[in-house]
Amino acid sequence: MGKTLFQKVWERHVVRELADGSTLLYIDRHLVHEVTSPQAFEGLRLSGRKIRRPELTFSTMDHNVPTTEDRMDIKDPVSRAQVEALSQNCEDYGVTLFKIGDRRQGIVHMIGPELGLTLPGMTIVCGDSHTSTHGAFGALAFGIGTSEVEHVLVTQTLNQRKPRTYKVEFTGTPGPRIFSKDFVLKLIGTIGTAGGTGHVFEYCGEAVSALSMEARMSICNMSIEAGARAGMIAPDETTYAYIAAENRPYAPKGDQLDRAIAYWKTLPSDDDAAYDRTLTIDTSRIAPQVTWGNNPGMVIDIDQPIPEPDSLAGYSRADVENALAYMGLAPGTFLTDVPVDVVFIGSCTNARIEDLRLVAEILKGRKKADHVQLLIVPGSQQVREQAEAEGLPEIFKAAGGEWRYAGCSMCLGMNPDQLRPQQRCASTSNRNFEGRQGKGGRTHLVSPQMAAAAAVAGKFFDIRKWPET
Amino acid sequence: MESFSTHTGIVATLNRSNVDTDQIIPKQFLKSIQRTGYGPNAFFDWRYTDDGKPNTDFELNDPRFAGRSILATRNNFGCGSSREHAVWALVQDGYRVIIAPWKEVNGERVPGFADIFRSNATKNGLLTVELSEEEIEQIFSAVASNLGQVATVDLPSQKITFQEPNALVFGFDIDKGSKERLLEGLDDIALTLQYEEDITRFETSYDPYIPVES
Ligand code: SF4
Repeated sequence: MGKTLFQKVWERHVVRELADGSTLLYIDRHLVHEVTSPQAFEGLRLSGRKIRRPELTFSTMDHNVPTTEDRMDIKDPVSRAQVEALSQNCEDYGVTLFKIGDRRQGIVHMIGPELGLTLPGMTIVCGDSHTSTHGAFGALAFGIGTSEVEHVLVTQTLNQRKPRTYKVEFTGTPGPRIFSKDFVLKLIGTIGTAGGTGHVFEYCGEAVSALSMEARMSICNMSIEAGARAGMIAPDETTYAYIAAENRPYAPKGDQLDRAIAYWKTLPSDDDAAYDRTLTIDTSRIAPQVTWGNNPGMVIDIDQPIPEPDSLAGYSRADVENALAYMGLAPGTFLTDVPVDVVFIGSCTNARIEDLRLVAEILKGRKKADHVQLLIVPGSQQVREQAEAEGLPEIFKAAGGEWRYAGCSMCLGMNPDQLRPQQRCASTSNRNFEGRQGKGGRTHLVSPQMAAAAAVAGKFFDIRKWPET
Repeated sequence: MESFSTHTGIVATLNRSNVDTDQIIPKQFLKSIQRTGYGPNAFFDWRYTDDGKPNTDFELNDPRFAGRSILATRNNFGCGSSREHAVWALVQDGYRVIIAPWKEVNGERVPGFADIFRSNATKNGLLTVELSEEEIEQIFSAVASNLGQVATVDLPSQKITFQEPNALVFGFDIDKGSKERLLEGLDDIALTLQYEEDITRFETSYDPYIPVES
């Protein structure tokens, strides 16, 4: 029988099978950020151990960094201490660091692909659940805890139990202004936030093949929101073209690239490969998605009403009532009647150059509603530069938006960008958990164009009805 | 790493599904570079009112749960972020065992815990036990009807025994590797370093751009 993409990458990295049924897996890339690493470095200090392959470890600052003009001067002493600890740790242990102020700084899951660190067939880990993003290149990429960060630093391996495989096929051609964010929200709404637990997704089908790398990353990014630690997409010409582009300093070049591509071409799943589970979603039937509750599985089509507490499969009455109370919403309401206070365009889900272009298309020549705060935060400094070269910030600013520097920003509000209690936000990020964007804040996850339209309309808007200009 | 063999303690219930790690330990506490000090901030947003007083509406603040060390809750506990801080917070707040139900969704069995949380828990000596939804329901009613319900969780025999008057007994499954690690409190890194030769051998023959002929 044939093998899946996942099986091929997994088998390639087996150092040893262990007696307890787990596998020692070799790790090609270890990405590190300031939040989940300090205790791991402390562990190294206490044990006197060293980093086995510091040249395979790359680090940046993203969660705590302010995104305003004065960002170099972090006012919150605790945030500053964490960022400084990372600098010190990288210096002490010889790890490459893209610091705040560096052109290559940005959200860890943005800079990996941009710098050519993220490549097909690799195993990639980071102390961050959205490491699944890198799976868009056909890498096996997943988030780990801090103890595992220390384990990878010392051994360049991880002890893992082999996950099961889950094929998610997106067929058909999506309607206008339906994006990969809608695909993945639809998936999560269909199988629930634990539907993929214990599995690695493989996204395939003509609707996935037609997507850009940026759009593929948005899907893989949210695999974890369906419970799967990883999501993968087989590499193809789109992948190779992205990797061969300029400004990918760590990507293979010339002969090495040719050799690598020859290898990468062997990675896609064989025709007769079997999966533990399969699901097919027809993208021609996907409407713009918007979440109404406290987890990404609580999601509806923009033209559906907020559900009744008893009507929802997979959730208890108490779950739905808690969610509605927290969100300040009543069953039967249409979100197109609900005003928003803040629009956040950013995060490792949707802050790539393509996302910003899509937002600019909606905002061009228009103004945000007066009561709305519009925050546009590029995911990386490279994206920021690119957007500037294309004149996008002028469009954003003319629309009344704030154009910021790179970081996680209001995705989780570890920096000063936070919602105030009860503020309602249309957000392009990936989590609508209680308090995620600020204590008491109410998050609705949407695609970048849905977010931009909400900023202009002042309330949620069905992007399919957006006037074509 | 902390070991776990047998534990007896008061059982508390938290009637919520999809409890995410943002909820278990909110972001503002992730700025710490320490491994300790998280306990009082577990479930912070639910646990305290805006003026910092205990929120009497929050289930786990119920005085009858004082001194609890076993938590029974609903499906998909620990979902979301990979932050190990969530496990540190629970352990430092006195929890030794978390019990959550697997669930059937669209005819498939869906685990009770998120993957990364479960792996983080094992590494910190926090036992995660999966039972069926019916069994969790029995635990919820036992705890509701009996003040200070105590249970014993025995890892070697993979059994949970509830004390009188609800003398319930539940068996549970756990994979061999996690069980051994928990029982012996093994240091994962030290274990892996036993295989250092294998790692070196792997590295010498390995080029990430070329597949190895099999
Ligand atoms: S942007 Fe949000 S989800 Fe992505 S790494 Fe940062 S905090 Fe995590």
